[in-house]
Amino acid sequence: MDYTIKIGGAAGQGLQTIGTSLSKVFTRFGYHLFAYQDYESRVRGGHNFYQIRFSDRQVWCPRVPVDILIALDKETVPLHRGELAEDGLILYDSADIKEHYEGDNVIDVPFNQIALTEGGNKIMSNIAASGAVLGMLGMDAKLLEAVAEHAFAGKKDLIEPNKKVARAGHEFGSKNCPRCAFQPAPETGSKMSIEGNAAIALAAIASGCKFYAAYPMTPSTGILTFLAMHGERHGIVVEQAEDETSAINMVLGASYAGMRSMTGTSGGGFALMVEGLSLAGMTETPMVAVLGQRPGPATGLPTRTEQADLLFGLFAGHGEVPRIMFAPGTPEQAFKLVNKAFDLTEKYQVPAIILTDQHYADSEWSLDSIDLDEFKFHDYRVRGDAFKSLSEYKRHALTNDGVSPMAVPGDGPFTVVTDSDEHDEEGHLIEDAETRRKMVEKRYVKKLPNIQREIEPPLQYGSDKPEVLLVGWGSNYGVMREAVDSMSGDREIAMLHFSEIYPFPEEGRRGFLDVMNSTKTTICIENNVSGRFAQLLRMETGYKFERSIKKYDGRPFNLEELLEEIDGHLS
Amino acid sequence: MVTLADYKGQKPAWCPGCGNFGILTAFKRAMFELGVEPHEFVIVSGIGQSGKFPHYTQCNTFNGLHGRTLPVATAIRLANHDMPVWAFAGDGDCYGEGGNHWIHAMQRNINVKLVVHDNQVYGLTKGQPSPTSMPGMKVTSLPTSVLTDALNPLPVAISMGCSFVARGFAGEVDQLAELFKETWNHKGFALLDIFQPCVTWNKLNTFEWYRQHCYRIEDSHDPSDFDRAFELSLEFGESIPTGVIYRNERRTYEERLPVLAGMPPVVRRNQEPMNLRQTVQEFY
Repeated sequence: MDYTIKIGGAAGQGLQTIGTSLSKVFTRFGYHLFAYQDYESRVRGGHNFYQIRFSDRQVWCPRVPVDILIALDKETVPLHRGELAEDGLILYDSADIKEHYEGDNVIDVPFNQIALTEGGNKIMSNIAASGAVLGMLGMDAKLLEAVAEHAFAGKKDLIEPNKKVARAGHEFGSKNCPRCAFQPAPETGSKMSIEGNAAIALAAIASGCKFYAAYPMTPSTGILTFLAMHGERHGIVVEQAEDETSAINMVLGASYAGMRSMTGTSGGGFALMVEGLSLAGMTETPMVAVLGQRPGPATGLPTRTEQADLLFGLFAGHGEVPRIMFAPGTPEQAFKLVNKAFDLTEKYQVPAIILTDQHYADSEWSLDSIDLDEFKFHDYRVRGDAFKSLSEYKRHALTNDGVSPMAVPGDGPFTVVTDSDEHDEEGHLIEDAETRRKMVEKRYVKKLPNIQREIEPPLQYGSDKPEVLLVGWGSNYGVMREAVDSMSGDREIAMLHFSEIYPFPEEGRRGFLDVMNSTKTTICIENNVSGRFAQLLRMETGYKFERSIKKYDGRPFNLEELLEEIDGHLS
Repeated sequence: MVTLADYKGQKPAWCPGCGNFGILTAFKRAMFELGVEPHEFVIVSGIGQSGKFPHYTQCNTFNGLHGRTLPVATAIRLANHDMPVWAFAGDGDCYGEGGNHWIHAMQRNINVKLVVHDNQVYGLTKGQPSPTSMPGMKVTSLPTSVLTDALNPLPVAISMGCSFVARGFAGEVDQLAELFKETWNHKGFALLDIFQPCVTWNKLNTFEWYRQHCYRIEDSHDPSDFDRAFELSLEFGESIPTGVIYRNERRTYEERLPVLAGMPPVVRRNQEPMNLRQTVQEFY
């Protein structure tokens, strides 16, 4: 079983209501799920879609064949009819969209009428649609009723009408689908589902983040809103700054004061944060920044996806600023990497960047569970009695590994001094050549090899001795993995997925280069035009890709198109 | 017991005769007389001759970037609302590069004490006009003398509801020390704008010029009188008032923020993650 439902409509029509209610039903039923959203930069109108793929085995990426297409506007059918699977169905309400479609795969469902008759309000038409889908799939309506109950908890008078509408929609769907041939897999244990941004926010909470400041910017705003809603419960201060320059400086202020701190933005906002990133480097103040990529340059396509800011993030900041950069491709990777980013930024006092993109940020995955014991928390700060008991303190003391003890100002009897100017061990500004040389070596030369030792090599998935090797990073994890699965019956194929982007692992852990060198066909897959990762890999290792697949139309890869592109390199 | 010597810092690299020396003397005296220890508060400074200030005394210091003192200071307060925080900036630093942060810090009413070394010129970069430069002043970066009218920060602050607005003059050290103490004792965002003659680059607003133009506000002035305070703040020509001009009792941002209000500072609480299971449950 591997079905895809696509809901098309204008912004503000409730695609999200249908999408999230169905997603919840599927994951509670025990199905695996991958959902993603395609939306325009507007609050009302336009054409958007929400696509849910669900299966009894793990699914990782979007596919083209649509099994049920729900049309909430006139544009959906002409735009997406060509994507229908052989037995695919179109659902729409002719009275609502004032359009009539012919064909035995088209079902006219009176969403509005059902909502009015059963619930007394047109606004519940989305629940009628969700109910109809479940009816056609031959799934029970009870789970949808439970979802409605959960969604309207606290608004008791809305629960019963919504449940009635769900039941009526379900009944209509099960009775009026002569061609329905869906064979849903049996129910298993309830799963959870999580969006990319929420996974980052949750990982930050679970890593002891106590301060988040940001200025809203797609596609990272979801982290800000999640933390704003949940901050108080977890003792986190969440502040919307007046601009991104302020956001990153706030993060550094809170971190200096003794708390784990994070910000999030997209390319344009990150551009404003660059001077702050440099300041983090100079003052050795720990911080995590989420750089959620969207297509540029400038405002670009604000709600769409691209992977073009890898080198921007990596080289951002005047002067020589060491940094850590991770790019998760799934929620599980985000849990691990955000946690590791917090640990390493605190341990080495260099800034850490979490590089995502719109496709990762807005997609949703099912998970069996989250193992909270996997999150590591080690407090590297010198606090309270530990600070009081010191006999002297120098914020930037020269040490063998370049890392100086970081004390919490006010906790002990000594002052904590840091400076954006070059400074001495105490943190006071200096001009002399000897101190400058020592401080550069402390910040960069001494720390970097130790950080490199912490870095994991890329993940190899598929054949041990591949003749075809797909290389990619970040949000392309899922589509590459499914491409490997889909092709491995016919040939020896594998993928290398880079998520710990920078620094590169130390020399002894670069076996991936041998794999790349010994594979006949190695293809670099990226969502940008210039091959940002390919450039980085060549710079770091000298390896030059002969083949690449690049997509830069603002949309993510889907499985079918990637398979076709790979095929083009093999024939 | 804290002594005046505890506030001795590095040897200042300011020009001989710089107005900043008066500010430094007044500040050290005020902190000593308040009985505060150097590790009990933070100074956040920016870039410019004012940015070097914390190095010339003793204190917890975050000497950050040009224009960015207030975001750093704000966040230190959010992390630790038991920690008094000074922000030391210059006129170009605060009213130019950092103007947006200044407006929003006043809007929040975060309990930060902002001191602006206002010499009406860019000193460290050698003689360019600042937002508070007066028309007609000779500068190094314009083909003409200054053509625009000077920004007068005080009425801007009062109109923003800034909860404490005062002006001092570096040539009046006794008055300035008292103003530092009043600023310290105020709860809420405070602006202390200090005229500070730049002996090298500002040949218009000299010690002599300030002595001729500045006068002390009479003791009978009631700083809670908004209308009178606003009127006073607009005096920015032949005569310029010094002293505490405006004060209100607005609730601070720290008092309004539920995660802080009535609780110990976040940085003094357990730093480990907490209450995770409840949030994880929401994803089922």
